[in-house]
Amino acid sequence: MTRQVKEEEIREVLKLVDDPELPSVSVSDLGMVHTVIVDGSSVSIVMVPTFAGCPALDFIKTDVHKAVLELDWVSECEVDFSFELKWSTDAITDEGKEQLKKHGIAPPPENYEPGQQWTVNCPYCDSDYTSMDNVFGPTACRSILYCSSCKNPFEAMKPVVEYAIK
Amino acid sequence: MTQVTSAQEAMNDAAYLKALTDLLYQLADDDFLISFRGSEWLGLAPHIEEDVAFSSITQNTMGHALMYYRLLEDLSEGEADALAHEREPSNRRNAVYFEKKNGEGEYLTEPYYDWALAVVRNFLYESFKKVKLEALTKSSYTPLANVAGKVLMEQPYHLSHWKIWFNQLYNSTDEAKTKLQSRLEEAWQQFGDVLELGEYATELEHFDIISGEDDLKERFIQEVESTIAHIRDLSFGKAFGSGREGDHTPDLDQALNTLAEVYRSDEKAVW
Repeated sequence: MTRQVKEEEIREVLKLVDDPELPSVSVSDLGMVHTVIVDGSSVSIVMVPTFAGCPALDFIKTDVHKAVLELDWVSECEVDFSFELKWSTDAITDEGKEQLKKHGIAPPPENYEPGQQWTVNCPYCDSDYTSMDNVFGPTACRSILYCSSCKNPFEAMKPVVEYAIK
Repeated sequence: MTQVTSAQEAMNDAAYLKALTDLLYQLADDDFLISFRGSEWLGLAPHIEEDVAFSSITQNTMGHALMYYRLLEDLSEGEADALAHEREPSNRRNAVYFEKKNGEGEYLTEPYYDWALAVVRNFLYESFKKVKLEALTKSSYTPLANVAGKVLMEQPYHLSHWKIWFNQLYNSTDEAKTKLQSRLEEAWQQFGDVLELGEYATELEHFDIISGEDDLKERFIQEVESTIAHIRDLSFGKAFGSGREGDHTPDLDQALNTLAEVYRSDEKAVW
């Protein structure tokens, strides 16, 4: 197996490692995987943390480590989070957005301005007749909203983007 | 000043390292203490949605403290957990105002906490934090500039939350307004050391690790005055001394003892 094939295989595996707090949405589709480097049977993965205060980061690290080590040819795997890289909600893939919706979580809005109010369509009925219930939700990365059209409460990924100093 | 891109590089310059380390303790300890006071509101906030919001902010802020403790870890200061739990009060660098108890009583018995204090203190805290983070994005210590950039992506949510609380209460009843005003006046008497950079203030500015105290203070006033028409008293007293230089109150002992209770029960435990 060439190095490139191996690296691709690792990236495929990471598509199956779910975020512990968003079942069936993979860390890969959330845009948390930055670099994968293979050297013989050693694998080194650099990941991007979503929210700094996310308590799930250690679990994610363990899950990624475990999944990669299950490959026959891998003898060691190092997983690190880098704070040099800034995760933004723009990094979530289309597949990730679809999976989020299936779980009643709206993908983050586009064109978000830091500190400003934002709105998203309902992940169930796609209505824009929604209101913000609480910008802070069950985890640091989610908000709680309500759809007045289909009368369902739902969650949304809280948008975070690169901060421009005015 | 050229950029210092790694911990190793910082450790090669003793004077730079000293100043940098002191600032990191200030940043870490401020976030750590304000988070603890926030966590003591759990279950006591005015309504359930606020409980969710406040605890989310608190948890995230504790994560920010951890990022700074990790930067200290990289500079061979010891492990993050030990830095958070084992340091003596006199070595803590948080500003005194942030260690102040939430009000009368104790969390587990009769917590007669004061919501006006929570709103005023957190609003001022997040305003000050924003200003400091913006300055830190230009820090000569690259790992710190990176962390500041990351935190700034999340922090606008915290600041806008407390701005909303402040504005809504301030424009509601006379009672609410009076309570906020009296907590503001109290804050200005105790806020002096928040705006200071401690023993190495000159070096910190000289090494471009962060901009100077005067600049930070000016920006802070500007930031606060975008919400409060004008601050009446700009003298910013230091009623309880300077936490940046190790002065603290018995409130800090209470906070640290509570925080470290589980940690001390089994220091070898892996969490």
